[in-house]
Amino acid sequence: MNRGVSSAFENAGRILHPDLILPLLRRFGPLLALLLMSGALALLSPHFLTFDNVLNVFRQSAINALLALGQLLVIITAGIDLSVGSILGLCCVVVAMLLKAGVPTPAAIVATFALGATLGMTNGLLFTKLRLPHPFIPTLGMMNVARGLALVLSGGFPISELPEDFRFWGAGAFAGIPMPVIIVLIVYALFHLFLTRTTIGRDIYAIGGNKQAALLAGIPVDRRLILVYAVSGGLAALGAIILAGRMNSGFPLAGVGAELDAIAAVIIGGASFFGGVGTVWGTLVGALIMGVLRNGLNLLDVSAYWQTTVIGIVIVVAVWVDVLRQRAVERRRALRA
Amino acid sequence: MAENVLLRLEGITKTFGGIVALEGVDFEVRAGEVHALIGENGAGKSTLMKIATGVHHADRGRLLWKGQVVRLHTPRDAHRLGIRMVPQELTLVPQLSAGENIFLGCLPHRRGLFSWVRWKEAHERARALLRELGHDLDPTRPVSELSVAEQQLVEIARALAFEAELLIFDEPTSPLSEHETERLFQVIARLKARGIGVIYITHRIREIYRIADRVTVLRDGRHVLTRPIVETTPEELVRAMVGRELREHFPARGPRVIGEPLLRVERLSAPGRFYDVTFSVHGGEIVGLAGLVGAGRTELVEAIFGAREYTSGTIRIAGRPVVIRTPADAVRHGLALVTDDRKTKGLILTASVHTNIILPVHTRIAHLGLFLNARAERQLTERLIRELRVKTPSADHPVMLLSGGNQQKVILARWLATTPRIFLLDEPTRGIDVGAKAEIYEWIRRLADQGAAILLVSSELEELQRLADRILVMHRGRIVGELSREEATDDRILYLATGGGA
Repeated sequence: MNRGVSSAFENAGRILHPDLILPLLRRFGPLLALLLMSGALALLSPHFLTFDNVLNVFRQSAINALLALGQLLVIITAGIDLSVGSILGLCCVVVAMLLKAGVPTPAAIVATFALGATLGMTNGLLFTKLRLPHPFIPTLGMMNVARGLALVLSGGFPISELPEDFRFWGAGAFAGIPMPVIIVLIVYALFHLFLTRTTIGRDIYAIGGNKQAALLAGIPVDRRLILVYAVSGGLAALGAIILAGRMNSGFPLAGVGAELDAIAAVIIGGASFFGGVGTVWGTLVGALIMGVLRNGLNLLDVSAYWQTTVIGIVIVVAVWVDVLRQRAVERRRALRA
Repeated sequence: MAENVLLRLEGITKTFGGIVALEGVDFEVRAGEVHALIGENGAGKSTLMKIATGVHHADRGRLLWKGQVVRLHTPRDAHRLGIRMVPQELTLVPQLSAGENIFLGCLPHRRGLFSWVRWKEAHERARALLRELGHDLDPTRPVSELSVAEQQLVEIARALAFEAELLIFDEPTSPLSEHETERLFQVIARLKARGIGVIYITHRIREIYRIADRVTVLRDGRHVLTRPIVETTPEELVRAMVGRELREHFPARGPRVIGEPLLRVERLSAPGRFYDVTFSVHGGEIVGLAGLVGAGRTELVEAIFGAREYTSGTIRIAGRPVVIRTPADAVRHGLALVTDDRKTKGLILTASVHTNIILPVHTRIAHLGLFLNARAERQLTERLIRELRVKTPSADHPVMLLSGGNQQKVILARWLATTPRIFLLDEPTRGIDVGAKAEIYEWIRRLADQGAAILLVSSELEELQRLADRILVMHRGRIVGELSREEATDDRILYLATGGGA
């Protein structure tokens, strides 16, 4: 071990004890990063901190935030869901086709929701019942199947001109606040309660912490996993409803690569690929960090190509911080053995 | 005497982030000596050995190798001197053969551009090394096919191949059956005869008297005593380890009230794992299940608990046949399983003590079966932590920061929370210190006294003999005998467990 580090720990004494610092860092690290970034942007650009622009960031982050929320549940169980971008695309097409066929808006929304959840549930069933080795496989399959179906159904063309009452959910506003923002905040609040205040939420964390131990403690692991993937699919459908409403069309290539943005938001938000760790608010912060980055780089006239580059670096740094933290925990664990 | 001292550690002090792990510890091992190192979890044994193998560096104190002061910066430095560890968790490459593993990093090869490996020579030399250790293991077999005991042997042969002069064994017998343990002791005797020094870390006092020449006891990072083994008694060593008098290491057993059979297993089979297993456990009874590692005991209890499949047979609870497909079903039927490996199959290490205890029952006490009832949960876990005397700063403390004994108590607390009638205990005291062990024994007896049926799987014969009312012996997936308390001598159990009765 490095002498410098260990004596630094000693000098820091009881207050900065790593057992206390490490969880705090995980909890508030992303928020700190968001605030620092926002502060810097506010100094660099007078437009950044205007009410309209902040709302704009929120609205642009809404779809990613919804996909990321589903992805968060999946990642807490130490899984991954590669299919959410494609499910979003397929649901966009389906909801537009239903509306065009004259199906009333509420019915079309419910049907789309059911479709997304069913596709997600299929992921879960394939993973648990066929005992595929890793959720990467069924969701990779579903990613291709759903995208293919979206293209088949639409013939590759966008389906445009949707009814007004449907477009309200993506493009409308209530009390001056865009509907997507309202929906995201409500859904996030509900999921926060779900993950922290219900037995199923706790089971999900337990499964990610140690699947075998969770099973042997009597938790219905398969049922929980199927639910988690169904929720992820359902949230992708919700994203599709908002996106189709905002764009006034169902576009078969909607959400290409969106699963990767969702994963990035979750990881930046402090969840761990090792499973068992991650919070709803952290994920929202993660999605906002990505939104603020894009928005800020736009305001500063940085080309879109550079934005992608910067986001790539942020992802790697965020995960690297996670690895460092994990190593520190491991080391402390080893000392006690 | 002094000239044959291989390794000497003097005044070793080590702190981690303000926590004193070792304070002024002296320790030495001589060539051809087996020196046992004992102490409770957290006493500093592992830290001391990590300093001796270059993993950690002492804050103060020095190391002498054959009388010369040395500095070990990395484990490689220790290897170069001839100090090697046979780790608790083996570090072989499962896909490679035993021989390849032995010479990994120094396979005999031709000189020249391609440095082709001389396979024949490698395997011949591996065979010779294994034979020196008294085993006829085929070095071409892949490690993945070998038993834990055989893998250990490969690790030892590997150390010899690199000309180790000092071997450190960290609880080598905890995954072994009694029979395999016996063979390991023979291997250690051969190492000793070759003049190799052995440091032997263990929790099992009985083993020390079988093989050690001297013993050193650590407690709370301090050296307590070093003495020739013949000048000590087991009671004295236990006292030195825990620093207090244990009331009763093994509780004396009162007469049992044998009632209705609570658990009955009839002709349970899972091909390749166990066959035609039939037995009953009554309320108030402790039934021991003995056997070698790999005899199918863990597979059997996990099948009863719904965690593994079985192909035929019936399980009855209180006379009624039940279908248990998942552990969740088992919990509903009043079963509890303490698994043989608390780290991989017992605890959610990232979660708190509270979460780990409450998992199987939180749905039962939740509002509408969904919304957590924080207050009722808290009362329950606080009570269990108190009753089981789990040493933890709070219920919210991460369970991974507790000692092995306390982690085991957390698992026991979890199952007490479900108020089960049938306990399946698979190696419930593996790798925990004597103090916690005594407390768990008391709990097992208390649960039986309260009418629970207990099936106790253990590889420690002494544990079975003291606790069980009768002992079933398993060999290659079959129950090959049943012994009463009076009949269950070491010889009888081992005779059956090694296939003597089949």
